[in-house]
Parts: sequence; structure tokens; C-alpha cells
Amino acid sequence: MSKIIRRASAGTLESSDVYVEVWPGGGAVKLDLESVVELQFGDAIRRTVMNILEEMNVADAELRIVDRGALDCVLRARVEAAVRRGEAQG
Amino acid sequence: MDSKIVSTLREAIELAGLKDGMTISFHHHLRNGDYVLNMVMDQVAAMGIRDLTINASSLFDCHSPLLAHVKNRVVTKILTDYMSGGIGREISRGIMEHPVEFRTHGGRPSDIAQGRTPIDVAFVAAPCSDPMGNCSGKYGKSACGSLGYAHADAQYARKVIVITDELTTYPLLDWSIDETRVDHVVVVDAIGDPRGIVSGTTRITRDPVGLVMARQAAQVIRHSGLLRDGFSFQTGAGGASLAAASYLKEIMLRENILGSFGLGGITGYMVDMLKAGCFEKLLDVQCFDLNAVESIRKDPRHQEIGAEHYAGVSGRSAVVDSLDVVILGAAEIDTDFNVNVHTDSSGSIMGGSGGHSDTAAGARLSMIIAPLQRARLPIITDRVTCISTPGRDIDVLVTQAGIAINPKNAELKRSLISAGLNIVDIGDLKEKAEKLTGRPARPVPGEREVARVIYRDGSLLDRIYNVRQS
Repeated sequence: MSKIIRRASAGTLESSDVYVEVWPGGGAVKLDLESVVELQFGDAIRRTVMNILEEMNVADAELRIVDRGALDCVLRARVEAAVRRGEAQG
Repeated sequence: MDSKIVSTLREAIELAGLKDGMTISFHHHLRNGDYVLNMVMDQVAAMGIRDLTINASSLFDCHSPLLAHVKNRVVTKILTDYMSGGIGREISRGIMEHPVEFRTHGGRPSDIAQGRTPIDVAFVAAPCSDPMGNCSGKYGKSACGSLGYAHADAQYARKVIVITDELTTYPLLDWSIDETRVDHVVVVDAIGDPRGIVSGTTRITRDPVGLVMARQAAQVIRHSGLLRDGFSFQTGAGGASLAAASYLKEIMLRENILGSFGLGGITGYMVDMLKAGCFEKLLDVQCFDLNAVESIRKDPRHQEIGAEHYAGVSGRSAVVDSLDVVILGAAEIDTDFNVNVHTDSSGSIMGGSGGHSDTAAGARLSMIIAPLQRARLPIITDRVTCISTPGRDIDVLVTQAGIAINPKNAELKRSLISAGLNIVDIGDLKEKAEKLTGRPARPVPGEREVARVIYRDGSLLDRIYNVRQS
């Protein structure tokens, strides 16, 4: 189980990028998403984020994601980077 | 009469006889720096006049105060050729009872000329005027160059009011609109904010994807059979279009090709091509930057034209009918080559035809430059959200992943393949983009019609519905 112990972020607010912020949760995963493509890809983005968190064994964290139209591969990279920056060193 | 100067705007509006239910018109050469539309609307509202139709060649976000006049029912109908996203978003919420009527830069003056959309009072924002109303956009502190979109308004409106911030002695030479059309002249402190009227310089893209597309676009033109002495050309002010023009310039100079004319909204890049000897003349309905303004003022080869002459269908001919190649953009393009430049992928209004469908119809080769995706939204769709230009008028789509040719152009396809260009199927480009982005969910439009897209011949091309509030 990976534990988020500090506030950390990755990414930018540039077009086609995504800004991901993560911090210690209150017992579960909580995701706050704002996206310019919410209508077209909102569900896909949430699915991707949840999948990465599961792959990384993160079960307790809060995330704020501000998406400016990032491709899925960019989103995965940003979420992973933010989590690694925020987790206790293994 | 020794002067048509009226001391206040209010007095001019009273003299013109503006009443409830009438139509007033504006032109957009002052672009996002325009003060005149807001100035007039505030005055009209203060006079208690209501239920007006606005016929504006374009509306920019600087005109957002118009939305308050819509809510107060001072304005109940809007006709325009283009509407930027800030105003478009509000219109897309369904705030108007009557749908907005979108026309093209050619269709608008033609409908004015033919009496389909009569104007009661036209307001001409003139960077300089003499006391009798001979006026021009080339001189003055608010100089914007061409006044081409205002020609039809001045010619056909029942009353014409010139609003200027630079009064010259009589007679002003080199006028754009002459005194025979003008009823009243009003002098104000400023007709616009120079920073919003023209950009200092228009810039070529440095985005590598844009440059790849631009190089491909120039190669398509080169091998189209149209690039020869006498060649004529129009391109937009977008970064990739300008880059394509700069590659084209290199080719024309290297191969010693002398074109006849450059057309359109004119940028400094077209002026550079004129000066370099790529073209003999420029025909200009609107200046996009300071270099273009300076050129139209000083260079007799750079000529102002009215919108009806540029792109209309009411005259015996228009310049677009003699155009070889036009490079255009697209918010979306579908596999039948229909193009949307009116709405974003969510269906919210953020643009308009301008001269898109006019030049596409007239030019021998009409080319769209567009990337496979922008901020995860694929540009190629099964069906565009709104048809702005019908696919029958689009010949080629250039993307970073290849060039798609409209199936009607079998001969062009053969020449481009034998020239070694990367010709692909538009459906394959769509698949390729969706592999990158994923397949987007399509927003369901509302049931309230917020705008109609009227083709240049007056036929109804499409309807735009309200965007559901999430």
C-alpha cells in the first residue's frame, strides 16, 4: 500500500497538459476534476485516474485535477509523477 | 449646406429618425478595439428605443455590453457573419427569442443590396472624415486601413451616420466612402482602442506540428497545377496559414513565379509577398495588422475593395470567382469534408463563416489546414456539429499525418501522388486521431434554436441549438 504523506503536484495549466495535485486523504480516494473536455472525455479521465491509483496501490488520497485537454498518456504520467512525489519513500 | 456635422450622437440618431423595430448596422474593422457599437447602443437604449435588429459584419468580445441590451429587449434580433466566443457562449444559452442569423462576408452585402435585409440607419466608424462625410480608414490615430465591409451599408442604408475621431478639412482625398452616401457626421474623442484595432504584428507559428502542415500545404499548391504566372491567393491570419504563405513565398521566388493578386483580410505577410514580387496587387477588404494599414495607405498596388466586390453573389461577378487558391482553417471537418467554423465541439458558438464559404466556393483549390487534434478533441468527425461550409466546396485537408483529397478531385489526387506527397484517406486520419485521443462522447444539443447559418446564396445551411447547462 502506497501512502501519500505530503502535498505534491505535477503538470501545468498549459493547453494539452493537465495539472495534478495530491495530498493525504481522509480514508478513501477523493477526486475533484475540472476539464475543458468534460463533456467529451470526463468519464474516461476519471476511469484512467482511478486505474492508475489502483495500479499504484493508492487507496487513501485526495486529488485535484485541472485538465486542459491532455491526452491519456500525458494524464497517466502526470498522475503517476504527483503520487510518487507525495508518497512515503519505499 | 457647409457641413453635416451634428454636435451629439443623440442628435444624429434623432435626425436619422430611428424608431422602435428598425434595423441598424455596424462594420468590424476596429475589431476587438471598437467603441462605436457600444457607444451607439448605450445612446439608443438611453433614448428608450427598443426592439431593434442589429446587422453587424462581426461581433467581438469587446461588444459584450450588447448582451445587456439583448436582455432589456433594446435588441431583439442579431444578424452577423462572425461572433467571438464570449458573446457566442451567452447566445448559446438561448437568451434570445429570435435565432441569430449568420451570413457570410459575401452573403451579407448581397442580401443588403437585394433588399432582403434592409438597413434603416448605418453607423460607419471612420478613422478620418471631412465635414461632408468623405471618409477613410487609412488615416488618423485609429487608422484601420480598409473599410470594405462598410461599403454596402453606406450604399444601401436609408440613413448613414459617420462617427469619426479625426476630422479633416474638406475635401478628404482617397476616400473609401464618399459624401453622396452620408447624412450626418459625428465627431467623438475616440472610436476605438488602437491596441485592439490591429495587432502590431501577426506571427508565424513556431509549433512544429503547424510547420509540418504548412510545408505540406505549400507543396500541395506547388503541385496543383495552379502555381504559375498570374497565380492568385488568399490565406487567413492563423499561425499555420501564415507559415504556409511563407513557404509558398520561398517557392515562388525560387521558381520565379509572378502572381497576379493576393486577396482577403490582408496581413503583413501578404504585404511582404507583394514587396518581394510574388504578387502584382493586393485586394483588401480588411487589414489585420499595422504593416497592412501602412501598405494600403502608401502603396497604390494595394487596393481597398468592398465586401460585395470581394465575395458577394448579387453582382455580375466577385473577386473570389477569380481566386486560384485559398487556405482556410476548421474547428471541425467531417469525412464528407463539411467544415464547422461556427461552434466548438460542445456546440457553443465561437466564430462564424466570415469569408470561409465564399472563398471556398470561388477558389479553384480550397484547402483546409488543421491538426488531427487540439487539446484532446479530434478535428475530424463523422458529422460536424454545424455545417459552415459544405464539403462540396472543400478540395483538400492537410494534417500533420497526411493529406486527404475530396474524392471529387481524382485528377488532383493523381498529380499529388505522383509528386510524392503523402496522400491518405480522410477516414484513416480520423481513426488515427481517435487512437490518440480516445473516442469523444458527443454532447446532446438542446431543443431551442439559437442561430441559423445562411449560405451565401440565401439558402439555409444549418441550425445551431442551445447548449444544455451542466
